[in-house]
Amino acid sequence: MGKTTKTSGKHKASTGTYTGMSGAEVLHQMLLDEGIEILFGFPGGTVLPIFDVLYRSPIKFILTRHEQGACHMADGYARSTGRVGVVIATSGPGATNLVTALATANMDSVPLVALTGQVRSTLIGNDAFQEADVTGITRPITKHNFLVKRVEDIGRTVKEAFYIARTGRPGPVLVDIAVDSTVARLQSEPDLTANLPGYKPTTTGNLRQIKSAAEAINAAQRPVLYVGGGVVISGASAELRKLAEKGGIPVATTLLALGTMDERSPLALQMLGMHGSAAANYAVQDSDCLIAVGARFDDRVTGNLAEFAPRAKIIHIDIDPSSISKNVVVDIPVVGDARDILGRMLELIKAVDRSDWLEKIAQWKKRHPFKYETEGKIKPQEVVARLGELTDHNAIIATGVGQHQMWTAQFYGWRRPRQIITSGGLGTMGFGCPAAIGAQFGNPGATVIDIDGDGSFCMTMVEVITAARYQQPVKFVVLDNDYLGMVRQWQEMFYGRRYSAVSHPCPEFAKIAEGYGARGMKVTDRSELDDAIREMLKHPGPVVLHVVVEPEENVYPMVATGKALHEMDLGKLA
Amino acid sequence: MRHVISALVQNQSGVLAHVAGMFAARGFNIDSLVVGRTEDPHLSRMTIVVVGDDRVLEQVRKQLAKLVPVVKVRDFADVAYVERDLMLIRVTVSPQRRPEVVELVNLFRGTVVDVAMDSVVVMLAGPEDKLEAFIDLVRSYGIAEMARTGVIAMSRGQQKNAAAKEDS
Repeated sequence: MGKTTKTSGKHKASTGTYTGMSGAEVLHQMLLDEGIEILFGFPGGTVLPIFDVLYRSPIKFILTRHEQGACHMADGYARSTGRVGVVIATSGPGATNLVTALATANMDSVPLVALTGQVRSTLIGNDAFQEADVTGITRPITKHNFLVKRVEDIGRTVKEAFYIARTGRPGPVLVDIAVDSTVARLQSEPDLTANLPGYKPTTTGNLRQIKSAAEAINAAQRPVLYVGGGVVISGASAELRKLAEKGGIPVATTLLALGTMDERSPLALQMLGMHGSAAANYAVQDSDCLIAVGARFDDRVTGNLAEFAPRAKIIHIDIDPSSISKNVVVDIPVVGDARDILGRMLELIKAVDRSDWLEKIAQWKKRHPFKYETEGKIKPQEVVARLGELTDHNAIIATGVGQHQMWTAQFYGWRRPRQIITSGGLGTMGFGCPAAIGAQFGNPGATVIDIDGDGSFCMTMVEVITAARYQQPVKFVVLDNDYLGMVRQWQEMFYGRRYSAVSHPCPEFAKIAEGYGARGMKVTDRSELDDAIREMLKHPGPVVLHVVVEPEENVYPMVATGKALHEMDLGKLA
Repeated sequence: MRHVISALVQNQSGVLAHVAGMFAARGFNIDSLVVGRTEDPHLSRMTIVVVGDDRVLEQVRKQLAKLVPVVKVRDFADVAYVERDLMLIRVTVSPQRRPEVVELVNLFRGTVVDVAMDSVVVMLAGPEDKLEAFIDLVRSYGIAEMARTGVIAMSRGQQKNAAAKEDS
């Protein structure tokens, strides 16, 4: 597949001999060969030799305030550009600080390479200073990992790591490198050929399966496209739109695939699932042919599995064979790259008249759109909608996790893929602030906004220092409702309003921002909102905009645990 | 239902932990897992007995194949194959009654590998049901200790219509 990598060609590929180079120098050369332009991370004892080489390197190094921030930054960079993000940390606590961020990337199939120092090879297993069994700890949360103890293995292993990270279904790959191997020098030319006999990702879809799928789609009366993050990774948004338009097929997207379909299109159903639109959920439940592309039937999407899409024949197009028929038994599986398969399917799809179906859908969209009120305190949904309007729906938006994340998905108004940068599978609070900074580094000149909740923002806000220090003009909009909102909503709905441990009084974010070297602003009244947003967008540096919002708002619709998608609670949308 | 799967994996440190970890994380019910060398020094063979229905088996095969160090996965579900497990079992028995136990061992074509005042250690190899049958028969004498290697398997030779399902 290889579509997630772009070598810039800026750095010279290695042409000469490696003999005499230290392990750190070999590692550095491999990074140059991969076209890496930026690294995020934090130094320490076991990575001193590597950092000594980075001292003279053309590769930009971003020093963060915490390794978790560095890894989320590399993640935001990767999601927003399609390139491999790279993070470096030292042994022991440095590496363990990466765990949450690696698990985040793993769940959402983000291409990352994490390079961690390890104690001297002779000390491994001895409870040495700053030693941890990093390969053991990260094995379940990475696509693959390696432990390197010899200088002869560094070059090949790093090459293999990048290859695994960016091909097939991408994912984070960790390379744990014993410090002595980075100091030792090569006595002869190393073998740099990748040795991965067990790794052969399938990208080309089987023609017979593609034909089967196309036939089923053409015969369907009420088809629905269920589009996931795989379409973004594959770069298949154009093919998807063409196919949907040619066949007249409505499109529901997962959280990660928002923007693959322009939400202004009459075929767009917006997000489906637990907090998805009524139209999307009703459409899926009523459909007779569900076409899943690059999605994995996650429980946030399906609701009660036994009652999911009860009348539909299910087609599943995915690059990962283990995702197919994992949760939901499918009728027509097609293994391969989404762009390849959708592209080849396009000519087989007929323009069928399904005006009854499309009319039904238009009615659902008209009767139950996402909405909010504009009386009283500023509504969090309103802030998202205003941000959408005032950025012309063109900004790159990162989020934390919780109610604000769901409202961002529902109200921003998505136009293209790789606009939304959010932790879907793991749901990691604190993702937004560093990921937004990473996205800014990857997209200089673009407007990048972190729409965050007060709970999530507090977890990693220290990275605002990093944004200020490197003059990255990221805008951090904190929707402060004084609560851990999503938990509070569940406690209201299912625990008789027993608000246990969700009261979350916040500090003065604007003052802290100024202390960090950024611009701080605070808004408490609706009349100030638009002007504040405009001022924030105009400011040439990073800004933290603290917006005080209605404390008890709920996300609707909501599909409660155990309920089917069509049994959603429409709340105020009814 | 009991299924036997065999996987060819790269002979590197950490691979066993990787596979075992994956099984644990996915909650698969593993009856036995054996790994050993093959004719190729770079590859090891892992034989796994899984308990579950066909859907579970399919997921086990796919999740195994997905692991980078796993080169090839074979499922013996619809194929004629040979399976063997090796057991060492210490049966408590007095010298007077020892001949009874020895007769059982001979009938099962096993071997007595240790003799002590009040016990014998028996080595027995064969398919699982043979081992289970022997255990049932000596239970009344007393089983002091038991160790088993776990199952290894191989398809029977040259069968035109019955190729084992393969994933790589």
